[in-house]
Amino acid sequence: MLFLLPQMVASGLMLGFVYALVAVGLSLIWGVMDIINFAYGEFLMLGMYSTFWFFTLFRMDPLLSLPIQAMVVFMIGFLVYKLLIKRVVDVPGLSALLATFGLRIFFRNLAQFLWTPNYRFINESFVADKRVFLFDGALILGMPQLVAGIGSILMTLAVFYFVQRTRMGRAIQATSMDKEAARLMGIDTEKVYSFTFGLAGACVGVAAALLASFYPIYPESGSIFGLIALVIVALGGFGNIRGALYSGVIIGLTESIGGFFLGAEFKYALIFLIYLIVMQVRPKGLFGW
Amino acid sequence: MDNRWKRQRNLLWAAVVAIGVLPLLTRNVNLQHVLILFVMYAGLGEAWNIVTGLAGQTSFGHSAFFGIGAYAAAVAYWKYGASPWIGMAVGSFAAAALAFVISYPVFRLEGKYFSIATLAFGEIMMQLFKSWDYVDGATGIIIPVAPASLVNFQFHGEKIPYFYIVFAMFILALAAFVAVERSRFGMYLKAIKNNQDAAMSLGINPAKYKLLAMVSSAALTALFGSFYAQYILYIDPFMVFSLDLSLKIVLLTVLGGLGSVWGPILGAALLIPLSEYTRIALGGTGKGIDLMVFGLLIMIVTSFQPKGIIGLLGKRQPNLKGGASKDASTAA
Amino acid sequence: MQAPLLKVENLTMKFGNLLANDDVSFEVAKGQIVALIGPNGAGKTTCFSCLSGFYTPTSGKVTFDGHNTTKLKPYDNCRLGIARTFQVVKTMGELTVEENVMIGAFLRHPDIPTARRKAAEALEMTGLKHVSDRLGKSLTIADRKRLEITRAVATEPKLLMLDETMAGLNPTETKEAMELCLKLRGQGITLIVVEHVMEAIMPISDKVIVLDSGKKIAEGAPCDIVKDEAVIKAYLGDDYNAKC
Repeated sequence: MLFLLPQMVASGLMLGFVYALVAVGLSLIWGVMDIINFAYGEFLMLGMYSTFWFFTLFRMDPLLSLPIQAMVVFMIGFLVYKLLIKRVVDVPGLSALLATFGLRIFFRNLAQFLWTPNYRFINESFVADKRVFLFDGALILGMPQLVAGIGSILMTLAVFYFVQRTRMGRAIQATSMDKEAARLMGIDTEKVYSFTFGLAGACVGVAAALLASFYPIYPESGSIFGLIALVIVALGGFGNIRGALYSGVIIGLTESIGGFFLGAEFKYALIFLIYLIVMQVRPKGLFGW
Repeated sequence: MDNRWKRQRNLLWAAVVAIGVLPLLTRNVNLQHVLILFVMYAGLGEAWNIVTGLAGQTSFGHSAFFGIGAYAAAVAYWKYGASPWIGMAVGSFAAAALAFVISYPVFRLEGKYFSIATLAFGEIMMQLFKSWDYVDGATGIIIPVAPASLVNFQFHGEKIPYFYIVFAMFILALAAFVAVERSRFGMYLKAIKNNQDAAMSLGINPAKYKLLAMVSSAALTALFGSFYAQYILYIDPFMVFSLDLSLKIVLLTVLGGLGSVWGPILGAALLIPLSEYTRIALGGTGKGIDLMVFGLLIMIVTSFQPKGIIGLLGKRQPNLKGGASKDASTAA
Repeated sequence: MQAPLLKVENLTMKFGNLLANDDVSFEVAKGQIVALIGPNGAGKTTCFSCLSGFYTPTSGKVTFDGHNTTKLKPYDNCRLGIARTFQVVKTMGELTVEENVMIGAFLRHPDIPTARRKAAEALEMTGLKHVSDRLGKSLTIADRKRLEITRAVATEPKLLMLDETMAGLNPTETKEAMELCLKLRGQGITLIVVEHVMEAIMPISDKVIVLDSGKKIAEGAPCDIVKDEAVIKAYLGDDYNAKC
């Protein structure tokens, strides 16, 4: 059985990179605005639908429309911030979180209303049905999965670079560390908030475009991603986007390897269980303080 | 302080009696159904409020306990032909036991880490039940129709008996909340919530009291799950272990006023008719319009009244200059 | 001779590489007021945290009233009779003053009416009765410190450890605080007091223990301590004139 381990590690890694990208976006929202975004998985779902329609209506390959999806979901995030989140962002208590709960219900049913609950597939993309053989065929990866993994890690690194090197990125860091101090320094926190929400959307938009090549698309398709992203962000330590990256990879590996040994139906239960166990040893997250 | 409590208590009695009488005043089955759900959710809120409003740690996983209650009642009759009441007792006990086991590890975590842990826990339950053959996994359980009787916990078309059963549970949850709030136990929970270190230095073991809060909350929540199974006669993991159910309980309690005995009542009074009437009015097409509207309404309500309805009613605000004022949330 | 109420032997507390308490040993006899002084970072509050159970010492032994309390938790220690206040006040802000003290009183009197009565007595003694109904968070710092003492006293301790309760008080308030310490001692409570305000603590202490950089560098009567070379160098400075 163990000779399959490299295979599982490889696909777990690719999956982990996608999870990490999704988690990084969520971690930004959490870090900057201290909001748990329960509708985050639905952003992903909308991005996947968008990819699907660009493919179906304009014959645009998901990889080609990827930048467009990033912008589409950026706009969704930005608008959601301006119309909804803005009202609840600095209110103490659970209001913001509950507002995203309403959003989640709204988006899921909007998708169902517009596009029916039927599963959709993109079955003729550039990467579909192709496989990559590594190490003389010892390792076989589906092309869509490989591309998804690589695309995700590239986007994640781009986000890191952005946050470290650009003015807006540093404003984001400052605001997440101490909002009042950032304001005193002249940072327009309103701008930072709206941009962060948009940026998180862009992350998820990219992930959506990458996943749409091989994942079924339906109104609930984003939900599990949203939940796993929440767990990953908590696992990595609140506000720690590097932690989100590492934890995403760990979770991807857990799902892949655990799923193999325990059976596919228990892979998600395992992820949640891992969170509970790890938090016992590190109550502030693996990389939190 | 005791005059305020007397007034508060009389008001509560009045409200309870009023609610209890309502279903008799109408023949409209839809309205009776809404009342049943209202009372059920209000009761769920009271139970949840013990952990979150009093002990101060937000649980997103209460559906775990609800689901256990639901399945226990269903399995009792469906698999063993036993009275669902027995299932309910078993379910309540199982939920309490589960709460006992997870309490210590989970309460070690703070704030959002705790909340995510409770969420993870609810999800684990859903995933496990989804794949468990003993309960027919994802297919769910259809409870066979039995002759209408109290023992069988089935009354077919008659809504009134169902109402009074869930009403009794509601009163139980309400009484539990009030009893805790007004007792040393409740004050200890408030102390822990306000400043855990100080509480420890005064002889309080936080883990012990939080565990007690969680266990009692779990046992109560499970009762409602059992009721639900018998009322709907069909359950599956996605319905009874769902995050959306947990969040609905959070939502209605916060809307009404967290930490206040009135919170779940007011919140459910607002939310349940909203959700049921949008479903009745718009749900017919099956296209999800009703839920879209419901989601929109949630967004509107949460953005416009962050302090909850209790805050709207503007009880005396904390007075920093002195004088005998008390904050609404410390009021009984 | 009676056994000491508190016996600390070779108390050592390490945080990673930081040695906060280094082989500290001392005794406190019943009915004493003992001052624990030293520069910031000397390890005084860490010592309190070890003695009260918030930290478990890396090594060493603490014996209180005949019990080995080295590894006990704060709530167990409180039950045995050790109470403390905190350097940064930990008021329960959303509770009233009366409720704050009742929380303490509940330890020995679990029913609400009795606890309320005992709390009222404690508040009477410390002079906070007139603000019983105010929320904790609405009090001034000076009153909050007094509230913290009242709360701790309500647990009916044998040993009360006060952490910098006199910081930031004006002369009148300081005098009241000193009188309160003496009153508490008069009620049979043994006190260990961490202070920086020398004028306040020297006149009322039976014994002074000096910590510096985690180590105990001196122990003795106040008048001897102020003349101690090492203490003057580490902390007091040459300009300090005690009335001895």
